[in-house]
Amino acid sequence: MQIKYLEKDKLLFFSLEEEIDHHTTKELRRKMDYEIERRMPKKVIFNFNSVSFMDSAGIGLLLGRYKIVNMLRRRCSTNKCKQEC
Amino acid sequence: MNRKYENKMQLEILSKSNNEAFARITVAAFAAQLDPTIEEISDIKTAVSEAVTNSIIHGYENKEGIIKIVAYLFENAIRIEISDQGKGIEDIDIAREPLYTTKPDLERSGMGFTIMDSFMDELKIESVVGMGTKVTMEKRIKVKSEKEEIEDCKETKL
Repeated sequence: MQIKYLEKDKLLFFSLEEEIDHHTTKELRRKMDYEIERRMPKKVIFNFNSVSFMDSAGIGLLLGRYKIVNMLRRRCSTNKCKQEC
Repeated sequence: MNRKYENKMQLEILSKSNNEAFARITVAAFAAQLDPTIEEISDIKTAVSEAVTNSIIHGYENKEGIIKIVAYLFENAIRIEISDQGKGIEDIDIAREPLYTTKPDLERSGMGFTIMDSFMDELKIESVVGMGTKVTMEKRIKVKSEKEEIEDCKETKL
C-alpha cells in the first residue's frame, strides 16, 4: 500500500494494491489507523485502482476506517474503483 | 446432486490466514478447465475466500485445524465443498442474513454468506454444533458455442 499525505490540503491518500482479504487486512488496518491518528487529515481518500481481488474482509476494513474517520469528524471517500469490485 | 463428475480435486489446508489466497487461486486454476469468463473466475475466487475465511475465524476461532476443499467439474458447472471440524453454526438461517456477524469487534462486515449466495448459483450449508460445518456451492459455467468463440476472437483482435 502506498501512503501519500498532502500537507497543504490535509489530504491522506491510501493507494491499495493487489489482493485484499482477511489475511492482508490485518497489516493494512494497523498502518491506516497509525497514519490517520498521526496526521489527523481533513479527508481520507482510498484508491482501489491497483486492487485485483477483494472479499468481505475488504468491506469490513473500509467500513471500520469510515467509522473512525467519521468519529473524528473528518471525511472519507473512495475513487478509481474497478467495475468488478 | 449426485451426477457423474468429469474431474475432481481435493485439497487440505491448515486454518492459517496465509492459506486463503492459496486456496482460492488453486480452485480458480482448477475451474479454468471449464473456460470460464474473467467475471466467473473472480466470482468463484471471492466465494471460496469467504468460505475459507469463515472456517478460520468462526469455525476454528483462529486455532489450528484442517480445512478440506473438494471441487468437482461437470460439463458446464463446478461444485465446491468446503468443510471444517470447527465449532459449527447454531442457527444457519440467521447466519445467512446480510450484515449479521457474531464478531463485530473483528470488523467483519457480515457479508460472507450473502456474497457466496449471490456470486454462486447454489449454496447449501450443513452444520452440527461442536462437529463442524460444510458449505457446498455450485456455479454454472456457460459453454461457449463455436459462433461465440469466433465473436470473442474478433473482439480481442489477436
